[in-house]
Amino acid sequence: MLRNLKLRLIIYGAVTLFAVLLFLPTLTPELPAWFYKIIPTEKVHLGLDLQGGMHLILEVEAEKAVESYVERVKNNLKDDLREKGIPVGKLEREKSNQIVLEVSGDKDKWEKILSQRYAVMQELSTTALDKGIWKIVLVLDSRQAEQVRKSAIDQALETIRNRIDQFGVAEPEITLQGTDRILIQLPGIKDPQRAIDLIGQTALLEFKLVDEEGNLDEALKGNAPEGSVILYQRQVDPKTGGVKKIPFLLREKTLMTGEVLKDARVAIDTQFNEPYVALEFDDIGGKLFEQITGTNVKKRLAIILDDNVYSAPVIQERIGGGRAQITGRFDMKEAGDLAIVLRAGALPAPVKILEQRSVGPSLGQDSIRQGIISTLISAALVVLFMIFYYRVSGVVADIALILNVIFVMGTLAIFRATLTLPGIAGLVLSIGMAVDANILIHERIKEELRWGKTVRAAIDEGYRRAFITILDSNVTTLIAALFLYQFGTGPVRGFAVTLSIGILANIFTAVYVTRWAFDFLTLQIKIKKLSI
Amino acid sequence: MELIRPGTKYDFIGKKKFTIWVSTIAILLSLGSIFLHNGLKYGVDFAGGILIQIRFSQVVDISEVRKAMEAMGSKDAMVQNFGGENEFLIRVEKTGEDLEEMSKKIQASIQERFKGKTLEIRRVEVVGPKVGKDLKTKALWAVGLSFAAILVFVAWRFKQVSFGLGGIAALVHDIIITYGAISIAGLEYSLPLMAVILTIIGFSINDTIVIFDRVRENIKKMRKENLETIFNTSINETLGRTILTTATLMMVVLILFFFGGPVIHDFAFALIVGLISGTYSTIYVASPVVLLWNKHFTQKKKR
Repeated sequence: MLRNLKLRLIIYGAVTLFAVLLFLPTLTPELPAWFYKIIPTEKVHLGLDLQGGMHLILEVEAEKAVESYVERVKNNLKDDLREKGIPVGKLEREKSNQIVLEVSGDKDKWEKILSQRYAVMQELSTTALDKGIWKIVLVLDSRQAEQVRKSAIDQALETIRNRIDQFGVAEPEITLQGTDRILIQLPGIKDPQRAIDLIGQTALLEFKLVDEEGNLDEALKGNAPEGSVILYQRQVDPKTGGVKKIPFLLREKTLMTGEVLKDARVAIDTQFNEPYVALEFDDIGGKLFEQITGTNVKKRLAIILDDNVYSAPVIQERIGGGRAQITGRFDMKEAGDLAIVLRAGALPAPVKILEQRSVGPSLGQDSIRQGIISTLISAALVVLFMIFYYRVSGVVADIALILNVIFVMGTLAIFRATLTLPGIAGLVLSIGMAVDANILIHERIKEELRWGKTVRAAIDEGYRRAFITILDSNVTTLIAALFLYQFGTGPVRGFAVTLSIGILANIFTAVYVTRWAFDFLTLQIKIKKLSI
Repeated sequence: MELIRPGTKYDFIGKKKFTIWVSTIAILLSLGSIFLHNGLKYGVDFAGGILIQIRFSQVVDISEVRKAMEAMGSKDAMVQNFGGENEFLIRVEKTGEDLEEMSKKIQASIQERFKGKTLEIRRVEVVGPKVGKDLKTKALWAVGLSFAAILVFVAWRFKQVSFGLGGIAALVHDIIITYGAISIAGLEYSLPLMAVILTIIGFSINDTIVIFDRVRENIKKMRKENLETIFNTSINETLGRTILTTATLMMVVLILFFFGGPVIHDFAFALIVGLISGTYSTIYVASPVVLLWNKHFTQKKKR
């Protein structure tokens, strides 16, 4: 029995030591580097509700990615059919995932093209209109559509991660939530609006030719020529702040996109002392750009970002070397942010902000300070009360309670979980249950003593009986917590995590650790009367 | 130290005819208040909308902030004092407009209007209606399913359906009472208060099981007694523990209530109500339900 006592001390001591080590980084930031190599831990992260910072939930509009995928397929199809000399009538995208097509001529020929090169599009219906014209409705294969959606979301996640990395935020957290939502947590950020603009921008860079033949005035009345669109250039007057929109009639076809960018940097125009963004293309992009400029000398090439025309300079000559620039009336910060989004790449689909919360750092501090003070006061009172009521046994209970908190914090640290306000509620509940467990055991031991049992027998019986109660109540709560975790979202989960960890710690500390202390008192020190 | 003298015998269960009325009235008051207020007053977290918290370093009257909101044409904006004198909450219930745009506009016009004063925008929350609704339905499902799990587990552990039902009845009772208190006090139902509800669920079921456990033990010991006596004895035997635990927790919650600051204030208030209700419901809801169920449905089984 005594050897057993020593063994238990070693085991419990080791577990406790480990938990303390896990929790250590939270208490002090000054730990040597080798410490982190040995102990796989971090400091416990505080949620933004406690610390200040910004919390964003974005929804990736993945359907838009499907739309532009089908749009691309449509454009390729148009070129292919024309190339093969097949007369094409109507050719349009319908809904997000369908193409409606009217062709005439040799049926075998176009059927071959469709089945061989456009297998991702399935024929929904083929009807013969009169005069040898066929109307075909194609629909994107649902598996392919799913693939497009999924990769759009993955890519959006990656792009946003890149942008935030380059923006420079300490300890950002960017995770996928559910299937199409992205959760972004940026602790301690000072200018939330700027971050939102940076993250939420689609940043689709396109190069299109200006339609010089079409009549802009006619187009503005709604009669844009076939294959041309109107886009606007926004000009902000720096003095009045008024916005002027200048319309441009552009060829619909995109000659080049930002995909071929290698780098984007801010540079200063020496002549006007204005910043601009210098673009550098990769090899493919460089060649493409050379070819585009070569074949369109004296025409105007519009540089468009998210459907806003930035500039439309006249191409003076073939431009080699793979360089171009975006000018506009930027200030340094705007130009810098634009360079970041261009470097990080475009979002494959637009994102929508579902939720935004930003808490100023001072508010986080205020709420945490008052919370900590009142928690400390109440913890101190609980500790004192236990000693006052249970004497020596109360000290044992207090040790168990303190260990409980250390275990929970240590576990949060090793799992890199974030502590939020609902999380603290879960912690408080689990500590409440720990207090209850200790009271249950003590009251039960007292009861057994009252029946005239010896100290040893009372402790044995008290623990045996109380254990059943503690296990039943804790397991019931644990089951409820697991269900809350499984079916709840963010805050509900935060609550469930700390509660579950707290309950497991509770069973360990209240039942096993305190038992060791009582055994030690009765077997080693051989007390005759229990101070309870 | 002894808080409750051994052999104490209060007739708790005998008072059940009276306490049934207490519970019924409390529940009716709660539901009545919720219905009269057209449901709970949901905060931005659940209803969606905009919440902006600003603090001025100089004295600013609340009417000035209201005027600023009216001037920018935001009539739905509610302005209220928060915590200190010069700290305000501006709230806009969900609107058809682009919330993100609107929040920008409000911040800009506040900055513009109070140009001469130093102010700090301490908190901005913009929650789309979809997110709030999502949170609500998901939380409801999670709680509902966890109740089902509790029902099954307790019924299995105590070998009787009635114990599971009693536990759940107490939980439902406590939730209604707490929601009622939130509604009567005119508090806004937000995330922290949802955390309170979850906490109360945990506390209530814990408290109930402790007494059920003693009942299970005593059923074996006191074979000749009827179930009502067994419940009474069990409640009396665990009375010391019940009072100690509840008092300790109450002490903690009261401290949070008085010293926790404005953020925790509502949170602590709801906890106080839930704590009282959770302790009461074990004795006067969970136990009578078990007794009634056994009287009407399992009468033939003689124990």
